[in-house]
Amino acid sequence: MSTVTGTPDRTSGTPAAPSDAPVRANTARLLRWWPAVVLVLLIVAPYSALPLPGLLDGPLGSPGSLQLLATCLLFGALATGYDLLLGRTGLLSFGHALYFAAGSYATNTIMLEAGLPFAVSAPVGVCFGIALALVLGSVSLRVTGIGFSMVTLAFAQAGSILVSRNPGGFTGGEEGRAAPAELLPSGLVGIEHTANLYWVALGYLVLTLAVVHWAVRSPTGRVWEGIKENERRVEVLGLKPYGFKLSAFVLAGALAALGGLVHLLLTGGSTPQTTTSDFTLSLLVMVVLGGSGTRWGPMVGGILYTWADHRLGDLAGSGAVADLPAVLRVPLSQPLFLLGVVFVAVVHLLPGGLARLPSRIRSVLRATSEGAPAQKEDRHS
Amino acid sequence: MSTLVLLTMTGLGLGALYFLIASGLSLIFGLMDVLNFAHGALLSIGAYGTWWAASGNLPGAGPGGAGFVLAVLFGTAVGTAAAVLLELTVVRPLYTRPREQVLATVGVGLAVPALLSGIWGSDARTFPGPEALSGTFSLLGAEVPVNRLVLIAAAVVVLIALRLFLGRTRHGLVVRAGVEDRAMVTALGIDVRKAFTLVFAIGGCAAALGGALGGLYFGSVDPRQGTSLLIFAFVVVVTGGMGSVTGAAVASVVIGLVQQFANYYTAAGLGDLAVVVLLAALLLVRPRGLTGRLA
Repeated sequence: MSTVTGTPDRTSGTPAAPSDAPVRANTARLLRWWPAVVLVLLIVAPYSALPLPGLLDGPLGSPGSLQLLATCLLFGALATGYDLLLGRTGLLSFGHALYFAAGSYATNTIMLEAGLPFAVSAPVGVCFGIALALVLGSVSLRVTGIGFSMVTLAFAQAGSILVSRNPGGFTGGEEGRAAPAELLPSGLVGIEHTANLYWVALGYLVLTLAVVHWAVRSPTGRVWEGIKENERRVEVLGLKPYGFKLSAFVLAGALAALGGLVHLLLTGGSTPQTTTSDFTLSLLVMVVLGGSGTRWGPMVGGILYTWADHRLGDLAGSGAVADLPAVLRVPLSQPLFLLGVVFVAVVHLLPGGLARLPSRIRSVLRATSEGAPAQKEDRHS
Repeated sequence: MSTLVLLTMTGLGLGALYFLIASGLSLIFGLMDVLNFAHGALLSIGAYGTWWAASGNLPGAGPGGAGFVLAVLFGTAVGTAAAVLLELTVVRPLYTRPREQVLATVGVGLAVPALLSGIWGSDARTFPGPEALSGTFSLLGAEVPVNRLVLIAAAVVVLIALRLFLGRTRHGLVVRAGVEDRAMVTALGIDVRKAFTLVFAIGGCAAALGGALGGLYFGSVDPRQGTSLLIFAFVVVVTGGMGSVTGAAVASVVIGLVQQFANYYTAAGLGDLAVVVLLAALLLVRPRGLTGRLA
């Protein structure tokens, strides 16, 4: 595309002009591989001691930075999985946190209560999350529209209350429960193994991106898109939306449960904050911030949101902010306030999220550059 | 018997609080199809406004007597102003994009509690109230706190005022007609959008009053209060049928009582659980809510 539209612009006859088109085609072909380059960079990141002042607290390979990066990658993946519902199928679920917490809590409880090693309890925990998504999804999807949102919210809230009430001492109530370090794989415990945890989170992100990419291109994925655009029309075509919506719900639930597992490893325990409706709302914010229904948008949104949430918290504690007058200091010390405001601004000013930003800029540039030659031609004729 | 009376009065007081939040939420949803996630924030603004004024920051207002009435009026006014501001600046520009309207209110619902905890700290603040309202009175052998009665009275007044407004005034007629069929009202040449601001103002006023009096009920204010009450208000709105004020009144009484009794007679927390499960069950059995309006 770019070569076709690009060549006629080059009317000023420099000798390099004829060979310009193949070069541009080559760069375009190379540019298509940027995800692979980014992936390689991310894989080798723990070996680097590159300082990124402002972006990270310590050098890139330090445990603190890796922990933050791993959390960012985890939430990037979670937002991508959540977008399977919101952006791909058009289902506004307010209960996604439940399946995330289910994966974390089920695995942790099995390890703590049955004393089974992580390798055994992890698959059981994920299966529990999938089963929960299957049962509750099949019930919630019986209602549509805002009713569906409310039912998922109700189920998630029920889960949140259960966890915080600590039935039988299984969930640890408000404090949550730490995972038993002796049952976890030894390479994933302790601060000296943060790089391994980082790779686990990166692996989870790659897996989620691959699964979502594959799923939305499958025949089922095309039906999801149809349901998002117009559910009635899909019905008229002779397809039952219910089964398709349920498959999206269960797949998203499975990815979330898997994410809960990564979170369990990353934080060394299960916390009740992951069950709250606020957690789901923050996923929603990430997805919309990045760009719902796009390939990279939710991931970018998740990474940026998590990073900003952490770094803005650090910023609030720093001297630069503490010296400001109260009118500026108070809002700046609240990451959630800033994120909420940015979110409202994005919803208003940038529909489609950050993923739409490059094409927006391009269209603005094209409009200005096309405006100039058009005037020139007018002068010729 | 005295336990029964106390539980009933507490349940009714809680129900009154739910009604104050849910009535506005229900009208807003009925008219505009916007599920206002910032409604809990409006309640918090009302609560903090009242607390701020009653703590002696507003001249003339204070924790006792006429000063407290002034403080409640101030908190309610601030909440109403915030609701109007919310509608005009956040919701109105997104008029053609209903889903984004909901998302924008989600953003506001996140930002406002964060701002409140930034200004006054995230810990609960003791709510100053008049001596007369902090005592108890005897009813059928039970010692019932007076603040329950205040909440119930406020809810009844709001219910009657809303009924009168909706039934007897021209603006109320437009709101009712808009809830039934917005497109038809627009087709008749009436600008429904003017009613949007009005409905937001009414909803914000009721929620802020709920926040001000909720401070009495809980004895303290904290930034997360509004958001946690919002979920139960959703339950009330759905149970009562979205857009129906009378439905919301009946539903809030039922929900408040069920929650109190279940929490007392079974394990603590089971009442909250029962209520959210009730929401799910009800939506599945009757997707249109109790009074039959489209959910």
